[in-house]
Amino acid sequence: MSNLEQTASSVAFDAAQPSDNAVSRAPKVPFEIGRRGLLLLSWLAPVVLLIVWELLAQAGWLSPQVLPAPSKVLRTAFKLAASGSLLNDLGISLLRAIGGFTIGASIGFALGILVGFSRIAEAAIDRSVQMIRAIPFLSLLPLVIVWLGVGEAEKIFLVALGVTFPIYINTTLGIRQIDPKLIELGRVQGLGTLDLIRRIVLPGALPSILTGVRYALATAWLALVVAETIGAQSGIGFLAMDAREFLRTDVIVLTIVIYALIGVAADAIARTFERRLLAWHPNYGGAR
Amino acid sequence: MTLHVAPSSTAASPAVVVTHLYRAYGSRVVIENLNLRIERGEFVALLGESGCGKTTLLRALAGLDPIDGGRIAAPRRPAVVFQEHRLLPWDTLWRNVALGLQAADVRERAAAALAEVGLGDRLDDWPRNLSGGQAQRVALARALVQEPELLLLDEPFAALDALTRIRMHHLVRELVATHRPGVLLVTHDVDEAIALADRILVMRDGRIAFEHRTSGARSIARAELLAELGVVASHPIPA
Repeated sequence: MSNLEQTASSVAFDAAQPSDNAVSRAPKVPFEIGRRGLLLLSWLAPVVLLIVWELLAQAGWLSPQVLPAPSKVLRTAFKLAASGSLLNDLGISLLRAIGGFTIGASIGFALGILVGFSRIAEAAIDRSVQMIRAIPFLSLLPLVIVWLGVGEAEKIFLVALGVTFPIYINTTLGIRQIDPKLIELGRVQGLGTLDLIRRIVLPGALPSILTGVRYALATAWLALVVAETIGAQSGIGFLAMDAREFLRTDVIVLTIVIYALIGVAADAIARTFERRLLAWHPNYGGAR
Repeated sequence: MTLHVAPSSTAASPAVVVTHLYRAYGSRVVIENLNLRIERGEFVALLGESGCGKTTLLRALAGLDPIDGGRIAAPRRPAVVFQEHRLLPWDTLWRNVALGLQAADVRERAAAALAEVGLGDRLDDWPRNLSGGQAQRVALARALVQEPELLLLDEPFAALDALTRIRMHHLVRELVATHRPGVLLVTHDVDEAIALADRILVMRDGRIAFEHRTSGARSIARAELLAELGVVASHPIPA
């Protein structure tokens, strides 16, 4: 993946999720249906799709082994949640994601700061990191399994690997993009190196870093799905693979839905952070 | 040491003394054997064509660029107002003004400085909500809150519209009268120099080529200065 693709990721995220903004920016329709009308219309297709799916399954046109009815998936969700096993597996998956994300983000951020500040560190580190980054990290999975087996370490390692690079790239980029005139101002105002970093460099790099975080959340999730699918005794991925053995498509669909929901939730949390931390920024905060 | 003649009344406390300053970029000499003395409370304007070395001199005085020879003696670090406001977009106005300020009552001081430039009610506002003139006023407050003995102004009004610029001239005159720092204003606007400065220097080929004290008829000064800058023929217009 190229540098450009990773940094452009925020744009892709925005495009993927129709926001109020996107609706209001759309060209005027010939007859007036208003914002609420447009919002309702945007939900029409998914709801119709769901109803058609349900009806087809009820009528017996869709074999439950191919695709179970949405109502069946919902019932399965309640049953599994009631027995406690769903929450248990969900918790384990989240712990793996959080652990891997924390490790990967710390490494990526530390390397990014180092390379962003020092031309020497850039010369020493950047080429190696870029070379490792050229490898699709999921292709390392067989090697990682040979090294670490199919335990927790392998899963956390894979997640961390996926997280490190987007954070690293966007941190260095953010630091590089800071207006040198502001650094000069900091020197004129008598700031020491530490204050310069605290007051000017990090706040200036923050929009880019948070873009990296959002991208990393997506990769972390992807890494976790793959790691849990290959070999696990617990977690959402295990739930899916276990269900596959018994042709329980309802459970499989449920795990897919859960993965989707958690991805959306993670992105929402990241957006909230952006709004809070970037209140000053015209593109994010919307503060007065 | 050959210093420029200083006004005798305040000769005891110079804001900055520059002696035999020399600066070159590679083989190109930008400042050669420049001497300059600015007293506290004195307003000096530095005129010159682009590339005459006036910005280089200001940057050297600010400590932003190294010097290749000579000496700059200033009692304290000077404050600078740049052509762009250079406000930190992620900090509120009072935090911008307080940048680098070492004191216990930082917010109070910043508030007082903002009140002085007429923005005392905008402490917690963001820079992006300011007009160009307002932003430059905040930049002035940020410079003056440091209580500098030398204030360097690098064409700070060049990007403002004519009316705002006149208002800024009044404000700067008031503030300088109150705080009495030595001021070096780098500009290419002759009228601005005449309106603000006690002493006007014209820089050419890395030296101070002409010096004028603004006391007598201003229209004569204007013609003379324009002639020195090579803008019009060298004959004074009757006042």
